[in-house]
Amino acid sequence: MKNIVIVLALLLAGFTANAQVKKNKNAKFVTEVNGNCEQCQRRIQKAAFGVAGVKSAVWNIETHQLSLILNEEKCTPLDVKKAIAKAGHDTDEVKAITENYEKLPSCCLYVREK
Amino acid sequence: MQKIIPLLVGILFSNAVFSQEKLNEIKVTAKRKGIQKSFTVTGNTILVTSKELLKAACCNLAESFETNPSIDVNFADALTGTKQIKMLGLTSPYLMITEENIPSVRGASQAYGLSFTPGTWVESIQITKGAGSVVNGYESISGQINAELLKPINNIPFFLNVYGSSDARFELNTHFNTKISDKWSSSLFLHGNTRTAKMDQNKDGFLDNPLAKQVNILNRYQYYNAEKGLVSFINFRYMNDKKQTGQLDFDPAKDRGTTHYWGSEINTERLDVSTKVGYVFKDMPYQSIGFQNAFNSHNQQSYFGLNPYNIKQSSYYSNLIFNSIINNTMHKFATGLNFTYDKYQELVTINDYSRTDNSVGAFFEYTYDNADNFSIILGGRIDNHNRLGTFVTPRLHVRYNPWEKAVLRFSAGRGKRAANIFAENQSLFASSRTFSVLDNSGKIYGLNPEIAWNYGLSFNQKFLIFGKNADVGFDFYRTDFQNQAVVDLMQSPQQVLFYNLKGKSYANSLQLEFNYELATHLNLRTAYKFYDVKTDYLSGRFQKPLQAKNRFFGNLEYETHLGDKGQQWKLDYTFNWIGAQQLPNTASNPIADRLPEFSKAYSLMNAQITRTFSPTFEVYVGGENIGNYTQSKAILGSENPFGATFDASVVYAPVFGQMYYAGLRFKIK
Repeated sequence: MKNIVIVLALLLAGFTANAQVKKNKNAKFVTEVNGNCEQCQRRIQKAAFGVAGVKSAVWNIETHQLSLILNEEKCTPLDVKKAIAKAGHDTDEVKAITENYEKLPSCCLYVREK
Repeated sequence: MQKIIPLLVGILFSNAVFSQEKLNEIKVTAKRKGIQKSFTVTGNTILVTSKELLKAACCNLAESFETNPSIDVNFADALTGTKQIKMLGLTSPYLMITEENIPSVRGASQAYGLSFTPGTWVESIQITKGAGSVVNGYESISGQINAELLKPINNIPFFLNVYGSSDARFELNTHFNTKISDKWSSSLFLHGNTRTAKMDQNKDGFLDNPLAKQVNILNRYQYYNAEKGLVSFINFRYMNDKKQTGQLDFDPAKDRGTTHYWGSEINTERLDVSTKVGYVFKDMPYQSIGFQNAFNSHNQQSYFGLNPYNIKQSSYYSNLIFNSIINNTMHKFATGLNFTYDKYQELVTINDYSRTDNSVGAFFEYTYDNADNFSIILGGRIDNHNRLGTFVTPRLHVRYNPWEKAVLRFSAGRGKRAANIFAENQSLFASSRTFSVLDNSGKIYGLNPEIAWNYGLSFNQKFLIFGKNADVGFDFYRTDFQNQAVVDLMQSPQQVLFYNLKGKSYANSLQLEFNYELATHLNLRTAYKFYDVKTDYLSGRFQKPLQAKNRFFGNLEYETHLGDKGQQWKLDYTFNWIGAQQLPNTASNPIADRLPEFSKAYSLMNAQITRTFSPTFEVYVGGENIGNYTQSKAILGSENPFGATFDASVVYAPVFGQMYYAGLRFKIK
């Protein structure tokens, strides 16, 4: 009897472990992206949608939080951050190169964190 | 989970005329403005909030458009006391009117349906000009009006509204709302209105407004479970409406069916049951399923002088809709199925026109939004209807923001419908006209289905003048009828003819709008409207009778700063100028009973003052038709109501003069 319990427990554990490895097709992430205005919002969201696998991208002007839903089989949050940085906006992990930042219209030139 | 709340309520049911754009519309609701025009929504949709609805006497849905330039409200006629609305120069049968996205004013309820929804029940209204979404059906031609009722989940526990006016109309509205559990809430709305006194200001021996009595009860339940992503509504509604009109001395008990006095009674009883269930997929806020079911029974028993007219409609409507995305939320779609069943028992004088209609259809609507300045909605549906046949309904909407604060929109679409010629034109029963249907090969009273294409272009630009907000816009719409059930009043004053369109029928409408914030809390709205609505009748091409070619609209609103305890004054003034209108042909009548070819232009003014004492209590007084303009001859042949020239259906101006009203609103929050 005891053995069966252990086997079952192992099986279950195996399952869970498996489930964690399995990639989520609708994974949710929230990350901070620096920006100012509605124009920034459009640019950030557009950049996020440019990454294959991003299903939903909503950037909040007030909180600067970008809410993402993406397919982990196709991309990672880092891919999205890279794309956003390329559009001129700093993220926590990837910063925009100065050249791209300076291309932004004057109203979008957010204060950069050092 | 917090996020799912707006999503759920948004995506599945509420607000939107376009199923996939609800989020945007919810977002704009947060701003406290009476009429909201979005620059990011694809359709030409205006959101009218409850704040705006408080600006008119606003006793029922029919009266809630008076401060809105997109919809022309005609005045109540002496017979029905109901205000008719027009959009793009076409009357309500060509509009799709829905209540929480379930078709409400259709078939038998076409003439009075709008007056069966009390204004205080309404949370917001969405008005879409031109072709509508395919999700709700194929019938809409010139526009769509959707009314959202107050939701039990966020309604206040108690609301009371009392209203009285100098035309002897009294109204009472009470709302109760309770939370049954953490997931269930319920509302009970009770409405009663009555007009008890006989009024005859113009001394023609006929009532200027019908005597009326209405009881209207709505009980609704809302289920909301954020963890599971489930929302549901269940509504029960009962309405009983009685109207009596005609000569002052008419006594229904003694004079009905006789020629002693001319009189009319219209009694309507209605029962509605509707349910909705919505489910948002776990972890996929952009994917949802909605299922709506509605049953209603509408029974109108009436007579107009010696003409009896009875219509009973039993309907069932069902709509299943699935919303999701392709790759990402820039590409959305909605698809689903509709089913409609209508059983009509209709008696027109001595002729029985009973019939059963049913249709089943499937729709698909794709939305592309580039998340920046461009979006497009492409919709199509295919339906099979026992009288209209199998047909395809395409609809297209495009939005483009060419530069900052500007929006350009284009729409096109086809609509098809079965005209309920008697129900829609029942005011003509109050005349000595004989009714003749000249065709007999069609499946709807011998007529063919009405088919029309609607195209529209609109542009809107916001800007600042002296640091204050202003916006200017224009829109142009054209409705082209391929077939129409023509209602011909141009042939003879003793006849109304119905026949299939031979030749052309079209409605061009142009609206120019300018709105400006004159000073803080002082807003001006103006609009000029041009309507060229013409039909080829047997006797030639004429502007549609009782349709002004030119109209001007102005509205001025002012409110004081909100005091610490919520005290505030609100003032509102509306001006309407109505140009000359083509009148039905009366050339062959004796001189005394002839009308000119065109009516004279005139203007109307309404005003209202609201005093809010606290967030829970306010009173209002107002006046309608302050300039006291009335139609000089409201009823043709009123001296001899059973004679050949009697006609009470030609109403081109108010019959009743100045009217003043007062009311109060009390809330427990």
